Amino acid sequence: MPTINIIQAVNDALRAEMKRDDRVVIMGEDVGKFGGVFRATQGLFQEFGSDRVFDTPLAEAGIIGCAIGMALYGLRPVPEIQFVDFIYPAFDQIVNEAAKMRYRSGGQFTCPMVIRAPSGGGIKGGLYHSQSPETYFIHTAGLKVVMPSNPYDAKGLLIASIRDDNPVIFLEPKSLYRAARGEVPEEVYVIELGKAKVVREGEDITVVTYGAMVRVALEAAETAAEEDQFSVEVIDMRTLLPYDIDTVIASVKKTSRVVIVHEAPRTCGFGAELSATISEKALLHLQAPIFRVTGFDIPFPYTFEHHYLPNETRILKALRDGMDF
Amino acid sequence: MSEGLVGFLDPEGKVLKGQKVPSLNRKDLLRLYRVMLLNRRVDERMITLQRQGRIGFYVGSMGEEAAIIGSAFALKPKDWIIPCYRELGAALLRGFPLFDLCCQLFGNEQDAIKGRQMPNHYASRKLRFGSISSPVGNQIPHATGIGLAARLTGSKDVALVYFGDGATSEGDFHVALNFAGVYKTSTIFLCRNNQWAISVPRQFQTASRTLAEKATAYNIEGVEVDGNDILAVYSVTREAVDRARRGEGATLIEAVTYRQGGHSTSDDPRVYRDEKEVQEWLKKDPISRFKSYLINDGAWSETKDASLEEQIKDEIEVALKKAEKIGPPCIDTMFEDVLDTVPWNLEEQREELRASQEYESVQQDR
Repeated sequence: MPTINIIQAVNDALRAEMKRDDRVVIMGEDVGKFGGVFRATQGLFQEFGSDRVFDTPLAEAGIIGCAIGMALYGLRPVPEIQFVDFIYPAFDQIVNEAAKMRYRSGGQFTCPMVIRAPSGGGIKGGLYHSQSPETYFIHTAGLKVVMPSNPYDAKGLLIASIRDDNPVIFLEPKSLYRAARGEVPEEVYVIELGKAKVVREGEDITVVTYGAMVRVALEAAETAAEEDQFSVEVIDMRTLLPYDIDTVIASVKKTSRVVIVHEAPRTCGFGAELSATISEKALLHLQAPIFRVTGFDIPFPYTFEHHYLPNETRILKALRDGMDF
Repeated sequence: MSEGLVGFLDPEGKVLKGQKVPSLNRKDLLRLYRVMLLNRRVDERMITLQRQGRIGFYVGSMGEEAAIIGSAFALKPKDWIIPCYRELGAALLRGFPLFDLCCQLFGNEQDAIKGRQMPNHYASRKLRFGSISSPVGNQIPHATGIGLAARLTGSKDVALVYFGDGATSEGDFHVALNFAGVYKTSTIFLCRNNQWAISVPRQFQTASRTLAEKATAYNIEGVEVDGNDILAVYSVTREAVDRARRGEGATLIEAVTYRQGGHSTSDDPRVYRDEKEVQEWLKKDPISRFKSYLINDGAWSETKDASLEEQIKDEIEVALKKAEKIGPPCIDTMFEDVLDTVPWNLEEQREELRASQEYESVQQDR
């Protein structure tokens, strides 16, 4: 089985779906001949031609607005937003149009499309190449929100997203694009949306996380096992909307302690939703407060990005606070 | 960009000197007239209904019937209409039943969109008549996307999108025209310049001399047409449709017209505009103009008109009466169509609502 990175896994998934379904069309800034600024669409223009893979004018609202029309017509557009930080001009189109099309037309019209966007920090990108805005989309009825943490999941989740009949926001953790490598089968496979994965089993405490933080959480779990003899369970959410509550609650009932980790800011972040739901469904199983290790409630900083992002130390501290409570 | 306002008829319905009207057969001419009159009478009836408190809201299109119906008539049934919220005439022309309209206005159990939207926000997949949203201008790039998809798949379908003069100030208008220019999409952008965006007059939207001239910057065709002359609107739209089908790209049509009523039932236009201006435009009313033309042409008479009026009145009353008796949709449908399947959180919330209703009825029984 070849070992590849997330960029290659995304490229693999796109190629496979374009071969399978000629309704799949890729569009965005620099996605054509150049293959995307992160190279995610490399070679696709050359392989499938300019009617299937094409560059767009530099206007996110136009990219998504146009993609909605194409989806209404019966195509399966996969628009790329170059950095998720630049998605806001298209916010109205995503939230008021794509997300509501099925509901407001009584199911007559739908918008099956996958909006791919690199997300998150850790690449010295400062305020505008580092944001984690998943909450805005998780808060919007009518969307699915997906974020892989490794190449295997990236391929399977992207294929599932393209085949899904709903608009999907597919957030790719850009700090892992080349850093995360793993074995990925050459054949086509699907990872069902809405299913989390227990990536490390444990008995004492649960870490719930996703995207680039999965790796950091796993490292913290290893250290906690070695230094503190804690048995830490780590859950990779993978799909953030609709999210897999059953896997989370089952784990909480087993361990009775929870740390939620994400790099997005804390207030009203996805961790707030998870924390509230865990409290509603499993309060009497809890032995400690639910801890959150997140980005701070500030714009994403440049010089101090590694102090902003949750790191092993901060997660370890939360694990120890949770266990000592 | 073609120069000057295209028009064939004077306000009295006489053919202007040197102009030749498009050759349409009598059946088509009378069909157009019927839909215009139906559109007008439905609007008047529904506004009364709103005043009586029987429906919550209504958006009329009085004065703009020629711009709406004349343009839609230039399409084939397979072509797409992407409406704003004032294009009832285009839906009626395509055969949207009055009963379906009334069900939508009441938001009842037979409403195709299950009581989910305000009045006038209907949709019909069957008629290729798009789903209506309220934010201004959002629908414009969708028509670019449809026109692009048609081109990419080798289809001759075109998309006609409607919007008002106010929408030309929105970013979505500009990105839509820009993309359409770049990709030569099969799209017709029909701007109903009705002179008013709620209370804001046309000159506060743009310093441009005309709205049609905005096409020039995007290198697509721009045409300014007398929007109260249905034959002229049909003719310029037909030319735009033919150009699109030949692969020659998109057209922006500015139909110069007038909103005779308020923006909706929620505003009183007497507060913000001069009655003299309204009176001037009423003299150019598109329906009476077309009626005079048909009578001059020997295709129509006052007797026939009176009987058509009766017929339309009955049709509206029958549909209204039938629709008003129907109750609301099942409350469970509120949680459907968010996604293709109902996820666990919505199942839970549906249960929560059921439980609260049961709780309420237990409390009332006490």
